[in-house]
Amino acid sequence: MTALNSGTSNYALELKDLRKSFGKTEIIRGVNLAVPAGERVGIIGPNGAGKSTLFNLISGRFEPSSGDVILNGRRINGKKPFEINRMGLSRSFQVTNVFSKLSVFENLRCSVLWSLGYKYTFFKFLADLDDANDRAEELMTMIKLDKKRDVLATNLTYAEQRALEIGITIAGGAEVILLDEPTAGMSKSETSRFINLIKEVTVGKTLLTVEHDMGVVFGLADKIAVVVYGEVLAYDVPEAVRANARVQEAYLGSVVADAQGAGGTQGAQHA
Amino acid sequence: MKASYEFKPINVGRWLIWGIFAVLLLVAPQLFTSSLAITILSQIGIAIIACLSFNILLGQGGMLSFGHAVYTGLGAYLAIHALNAIGNGWYLPVSMVPIVGGIAGMCFAVLFGFVSTKKSGSTFAMITLGLAELVFAMSLMIPEFFGGEGGVSSNRMVGKPFMGISFGPPIQVYYLIAVYTFVATALMFAFTRTPLGRMLNAVRDNPERVEFVGYNTQLVRYFAFVIAGFFAGISGGLAALNFEIVTAEVVGAARSGAYLLFTFLGGATFFFGPILGAVMMVLAFVLFSEFTKAWLLYLGLIFLFMVMYAPGGVAALIMMNLRIASFGHLGKVFGAYLAMAGAGIVAFLGASAMVEMIYHLQLTTGEGSTLSYLGTVLDAKKASSWFGAGFVLATGLFFFEVVRRQYMQQWDEIQEEIEKEIKRREAI
Amino acid sequence: MEFFIISMLNGISYGLLLFMLSSGLTLIFSMMGVLNFAHASFYMLGAYVGYTISKITGFWPALVVAPFVVGLMGAFFEKYFLRKVHKYGHVAELMITFGLSYVILELVQLVWGRIALEFKPPEILQGPAFTLINHSVNGLQFLWGAAPGEMCQAADAAIRVVCSPFPATRAFMMVIALLMLVSVWLLLTRTRIGLVIQAALTHPEAVESLGHNVPAVFMLVFGAGAGLAGLAGVIGGSTFLTEPSMAATVGSVIFVVVVVGGMGSLSGAFLASLIIGLIETFAIAFNYSLGTLAAQLGLNLSAAVQQSSVVKLTLSQVAPILPYLLLVLMLIFRPKGLLGNRDA
Repeated sequence: MTALNSGTSNYALELKDLRKSFGKTEIIRGVNLAVPAGERVGIIGPNGAGKSTLFNLISGRFEPSSGDVILNGRRINGKKPFEINRMGLSRSFQVTNVFSKLSVFENLRCSVLWSLGYKYTFFKFLADLDDANDRAEELMTMIKLDKKRDVLATNLTYAEQRALEIGITIAGGAEVILLDEPTAGMSKSETSRFINLIKEVTVGKTLLTVEHDMGVVFGLADKIAVVVYGEVLAYDVPEAVRANARVQEAYLGSVVADAQGAGGTQGAQHA
Repeated sequence: MKASYEFKPINVGRWLIWGIFAVLLLVAPQLFTSSLAITILSQIGIAIIACLSFNILLGQGGMLSFGHAVYTGLGAYLAIHALNAIGNGWYLPVSMVPIVGGIAGMCFAVLFGFVSTKKSGSTFAMITLGLAELVFAMSLMIPEFFGGEGGVSSNRMVGKPFMGISFGPPIQVYYLIAVYTFVATALMFAFTRTPLGRMLNAVRDNPERVEFVGYNTQLVRYFAFVIAGFFAGISGGLAALNFEIVTAEVVGAARSGAYLLFTFLGGATFFFGPILGAVMMVLAFVLFSEFTKAWLLYLGLIFLFMVMYAPGGVAALIMMNLRIASFGHLGKVFGAYLAMAGAGIVAFLGASAMVEMIYHLQLTTGEGSTLSYLGTVLDAKKASSWFGAGFVLATGLFFFEVVRRQYMQQWDEIQEEIEKEIKRREAI
Repeated sequence: MEFFIISMLNGISYGLLLFMLSSGLTLIFSMMGVLNFAHASFYMLGAYVGYTISKITGFWPALVVAPFVVGLMGAFFEKYFLRKVHKYGHVAELMITFGLSYVILELVQLVWGRIALEFKPPEILQGPAFTLINHSVNGLQFLWGAAPGEMCQAADAAIRVVCSPFPATRAFMMVIALLMLVSVWLLLTRTRIGLVIQAALTHPEAVESLGHNVPAVFMLVFGAGAGLAGLAGVIGGSTFLTEPSMAATVGSVIFVVVVVGGMGSLSGAFLASLIIGLIETFAIAFNYSLGTLAAQLGLNLSAAVQQSSVVKLTLSQVAPILPYLLLVLMLIFRPKGLLGNRDA
């Protein structure tokens, strides 16, 4: 058991025989995954395969029925979300989840406060916290929302809100980042711009992205994990996954053939 | 290190507003000199602190508490016991007695808040209700502390006079209250600009997301609860000094309900909203209640309609209109406001005529069924009076609705124009 | 022994009354997310409307018509008032029902006055349903109806006779509550509309996209909840007192019931209602205080301590706060309630 809390590991994130049941239905049926630090993993799979549930298990929103989630060598199953976040893992949400009545700047500033050590203090003024304010400004520029500094989050456009969502996720400086369908609902041009944004802001981090857009996945990820019916069918480099017979049978099928035929990154619509 | 030098001009607006606030507090009793006015002003000061502390929970934290009077009330009880202790020789300046109330409020908030903040939303509201009932019921069971039916009384002149200030005359108490009001308001405003204050707002907007940026939502709520309890206790302590008696109703459900009602009416979404609410609360309890027995009914109805049509309260209404005024569009809706006010008054006259007739039938049997209402004579037993009142009510409502629909259209048009103007300014 | 049986039945009947109220509250909360602060006000309305109708037509028609009238009022409120604040969130919904409770209280006082009304139960329900006679020689006897006077008096000083009647109104309360429970259960599980309601309990948007008129279902559920509260009011008002404070006294207890039972759990509310009903009923009967307990244990307390009110308080005096103590204990040791599963 000590090895699981030693704090050192080859892997940034490990899932060992992870299972989750809701009542009698087992949604996650024994997932094994080991992600090295700095790797970008695209998680694909049909709807209902359990991808979001997996994220919820990793980030502490749900507790696993059995199995382990190990972050940088430390077991985090059963920990509360804020504990996991403080240990260096951060996530975004499929349905935009921002602080609606706060401005863009305030949203970002709230996201950096804990990581800068300010905790529950009520003796200091926010205006005097130079490091928090500077970091928030920095983030705003990174996600290209600096012109919308004082706009309330609820008044932003959809794409802007998604950008803010990413900003909040990376604000605390977490090393492991989970993005749940970051480009959901975006147009083609918005998507490609957004992917570049994601690449820029997650340099050097370990990234797990759930995505349906095959073009995005194949272009962004170092490795791909295919999740079907609560299990990982394959976890390998994109070419190997494309060629994997089980994956083709269960999920990609003709989609991959189309994608290969059309040049690999164009026009690949998910099944 | 800052990347560039920032020029921060002195925020004239802010200093001006706080200055005006201080001047108002200082000068009010000189403008309204009757003893009724002084007592009203004192109660307003006490209420301002109470409502602002309540809004830390409601407006800033999204926590609906049905038991805030527990903290103001228990603060009052401990303060009055402290006052009695001073009379028996314990050394503490009388002006510090409200601080005792504040500490009491804080301690009880630490105790009860631990249990209350375990849950959020509707469950939290029910827990605060249950705790309030518990405390109120216990107030009749432990006479040593709560003084039984007669409550606990004291005398605020027990301390040694300091520079001629003995706190005997009400005007001296008013100025003490004014100082506390100003300082407490400033502190609570400062709180909104601290990390804890801002994270409290974040918890209100999205409690789940807060956990994912590293904060324990429950602890944020708990700390805010304790801070609110502190200021509530100060309010209670001032009330103990002002009235020199504390009875069980200070922890009662009616008092908690009043804080909720009036803070909401004043406006929970702006910092100064509860201040307006506090003024309205005192004026309603002291003056409005003298005009008609049905004032609670009217209050309940006003509250219902505010929740439906103006959930930001009076403060939000003011700010919305200031906004359109700043873009120069206020004149367009001014006519609609006048018309709606007129129609509203007509409807109100009809409704209140009916209400007064009912009360007359209820309470004064044997005196005959006629009553005079605003100069006209109504016969509560005659159908003609009822039809007349009903007709007036219906007419008022009809015209109100007609004007309101037109007003909504105008409002939407103005909003669109303002949006266009904002975009135009952004592009420059 | 007979005391125990009668108290048990009293406790259960009161618990069932609480359940009649808290079940409607739980259904409305589970389905619409709204905690109806005015639920006890509908209870009060049921009593007052029932009183007025019974004065015209007698008790039994009032029993049927009054809940219907109150249900209509509830549906009206849902459609024209509550629905408008749905978009502002749960806090606003709770506040509008809070405002409604104020308004209903004032209207009731306006129309019916502030003093308690004598809402008499019908002839057949006046008097005991049955009587238990504890005869020190003959043992425990059971008699339907009231016991004749001679049976309750001891023939000579050596014999002890105690007659414990069980009021018919209480028995009626239990019958109605159980009937209501069973019919609601049947309605929810066996009818089509019941299935729609069950589905809308957890997935209102999905149900709406399937073509069901969810707003109409909401109105139906809110109205039905109000109607059930009104029914409880007719019975409660005729068994206990009909007065303006009846909403406040029972109101806070039913909120404790739903929190203790677990928000959103009907079976939890049932269990909590019975527990609280029994606790209150039994506690009122006991005159023991901490002082008497200490005396029984042989502890010698100083005179000053003995005289302090905390020690002198008897269980019967403390009875009103027991539900709230239970609430606090439950929150400390088991925050999700007895059978709760939703995280409110």
